[in-house]
Amino acid sequence: MNAIKNLNKTTRNNFLTYGAVVLAYAVVQLLMGSLSSSLKGMLVPICAYVVMALSLNLTVGVLGELSLGHAGFMSVGAFSGVTAAMALQELIPFAPLRLTVSMLIGAVFAGIAGFLIGIPVLRLNGDYLAIVTLAFGEIIKSIINNLYLGLDGKGLHFSLLTDRTALDEDGLLIIGGPMGIGGIQRLSTFTAGFVLVMLSLFIIFNLVNSRTGRAIMAVRDNSIAAESIGINITKYKLIAFVTSAALAGAAGTLFAMNYTTIVANKFDFNASILILVFVVLGGLGNMFGSIVAAAALTILPEALREFDDYRMLVYAIVLILVMLATNNPAIQGFFARLRGARKGAAEQ
Amino acid sequence: MKKKLLCITLTLALALGLSACGGGNGGNAGGNNGGNAGGGNAGGSNADGNISGAAFKLGGTGPLTGGAATYGIAARNGAQIAVDEINAMGGIQFELRYEDDAHDPEKAVNAYNVLKDWGMQLSLGSVTSKPAEATSVMNMEDRIFALTPSASSEATTQGKDNVFQMCFTDPGQGAKSAEYISDKSLGSKIAIIWKNDDVYSKGIHDTFTARAAELQLEIVSDTTFADGNDKDFSVQLTNAKDNDADLVFLPMYYEPASLILSQANSMSYAPKFFGVDGMDGILAQPGFDTSLAEGVMLLTPFNADSTDERTAAFVAKYQQQFNEIPNQFAADAYDCVYAFKMALENASATPDMSNEDLCSLMMTQFTSMTLEGITGDGAGITWETSGAVSKSPKGMVIQNGAYVGLD
Repeated sequence: MNAIKNLNKTTRNNFLTYGAVVLAYAVVQLLMGSLSSSLKGMLVPICAYVVMALSLNLTVGVLGELSLGHAGFMSVGAFSGVTAAMALQELIPFAPLRLTVSMLIGAVFAGIAGFLIGIPVLRLNGDYLAIVTLAFGEIIKSIINNLYLGLDGKGLHFSLLTDRTALDEDGLLIIGGPMGIGGIQRLSTFTAGFVLVMLSLFIIFNLVNSRTGRAIMAVRDNSIAAESIGINITKYKLIAFVTSAALAGAAGTLFAMNYTTIVANKFDFNASILILVFVVLGGLGNMFGSIVAAAALTILPEALREFDDYRMLVYAIVLILVMLATNNPAIQGFFARLRGARKGAAEQ
Repeated sequence: MKKKLLCITLTLALALGLSACGGGNGGNAGGNNGGNAGGGNAGGSNADGNISGAAFKLGGTGPLTGGAATYGIAARNGAQIAVDEINAMGGIQFELRYEDDAHDPEKAVNAYNVLKDWGMQLSLGSVTSKPAEATSVMNMEDRIFALTPSASSEATTQGKDNVFQMCFTDPGQGAKSAEYISDKSLGSKIAIIWKNDDVYSKGIHDTFTARAAELQLEIVSDTTFADGNDKDFSVQLTNAKDNDADLVFLPMYYEPASLILSQANSMSYAPKFFGVDGMDGILAQPGFDTSLAEGVMLLTPFNADSTDERTAAFVAKYQQQFNEIPNQFAADAYDCVYAFKMALENASATPDMSNEDLCSLMMTQFTSMTLEGITGDGAGITWETSGAVSKSPKGMVIQNGAYVGLD
């Protein structure tokens, strides 16, 4: 206990976040037998959304730039990762390894997309940046909706707009434009999701607590002051943005491999906003908050099924109430007093 | 420190509490499944622990909210009428429950799992294609037999031995439309407007153009639209008009189709319009001036104006209960429930059987029986082992705000 107390506050919070995730994983594993199929079916999507929220929190909370196209990176990760998994089916028969490789490939492709988009986008700031990211998210969606990619004995073939891949008889059309990908082998497991969440936390915490992270936060707090002391703004913005995109890509692969079919329209503007809601609800820069918010808001619509047709209305109302409650000075004050009283009691 | 622990505990408690809600019963149409409410059923196994013993539990997912809600609601209503009729007859009893999937594969899987927790023994699959692709795999793995009223993509049944369809497949619709247009010489110059980010639209478009080329129909204009730019069709319509198209083929759902009709009207372009089963429902759309749809033709397996006794009774009952003319989705779902009834009777199945046993019984029944339904013609409805249905389509035309048979 003392050892924990002696650590500095950030490290302690980070370890508590790791601990909470491990604990949640352990509890769910213990209860696995008695969980409803409904909740069991949501475990992997929850992990994917948690990673999405964490990665967006890096852009929005740590870097301080509003991104409205985050689902675009998830989409790139989903499609490239699943394509890789299908192409590597014979080369790597061992499923967990194939999933890992696919997630890596998904992350790399999403990272590249993040880099390319980041170069023009990060020259802007504030509202302008938000709108441009939104546009890029839509561009990614349109491109994938018109992309045809197939695999046969001669290798990969791809075409845009219409299917001109001209595959051999035994060829396999992997991405079929608006049809997306069908017949995906469902490799994602809750354990894989848990590992990805832990890895994302590890990457984000270490990035934030490094020299680079402090530079990123300096850019967020005052870019002119940061520039005047010699911080290369574009470079640090890009580092944060690309890391965020790559993590989103890995989450996209995890998400896509949990279903047999995936279409680009799934990752639209609404999906981006949903992830932003997780981040805002959990608190900007607060990773633990993002995890809780993502998990709770993924379960919530399902838990509200008994409201039937009014489900999404109730969901919206709950969302408003939670937002109001977490931002209410009276409630915040109550928690602060509670903390104060505890501290007082501990000192006595 | 303590506060954090408190937070974590509360979060876990909340999460588990929510899961308990999710595992219990939702507001269902049948309303009589209170006996198995409460947290997730112990033991993890689905149907076996939850069988009520009196009725077969029939579940389905469909878009009850959102853009495609008309289809889901129609299917649910159609199935509900059939279930009410069958339950009133005595003999086989059904308990029906539909869950919302908002036309999204992810939510469809969630909805399917809710139904599985409920103890679903027989499934009506999903109403729309992409969600059905995602849930049919679960049907296959869990050995819960599925008969989908309207998920028309081939991938729904491909590789799954226990998933069957009540509707035509998309490719089937495209080819049949081309044949119909050619047989009846409805048009010499054809324009197609289709939605290039939609499986349904693309599937029909591709087979239509392929079959049209074989039948030597001339396609003079082939234009597309996508999600997000589906409000203004002046470019596509101008293209069709400039190329003197006298028939415009619209393989799409009725919402964009209604806009196309009104925009064509405002540019005083009046070709023949030909749609497929997605066009069904256009008359029921709120705020749509039905006079615009006058003369629109569509190919659908169901004719609400039929003089057939059962169809007329179904239409009357549907109108009385839901205040609108049933479309093909409602009719397909109605037939689905009767197909289940027939198969269960033939196999003398009882409601206390497990979903695995019912699944294998249904698989033998469905490939051997012939159903007299309201969506087929006199020859009846049969199924191939692939799960595809075999029945003949009907050409319909909209006259005076109602669907009338073309033949």
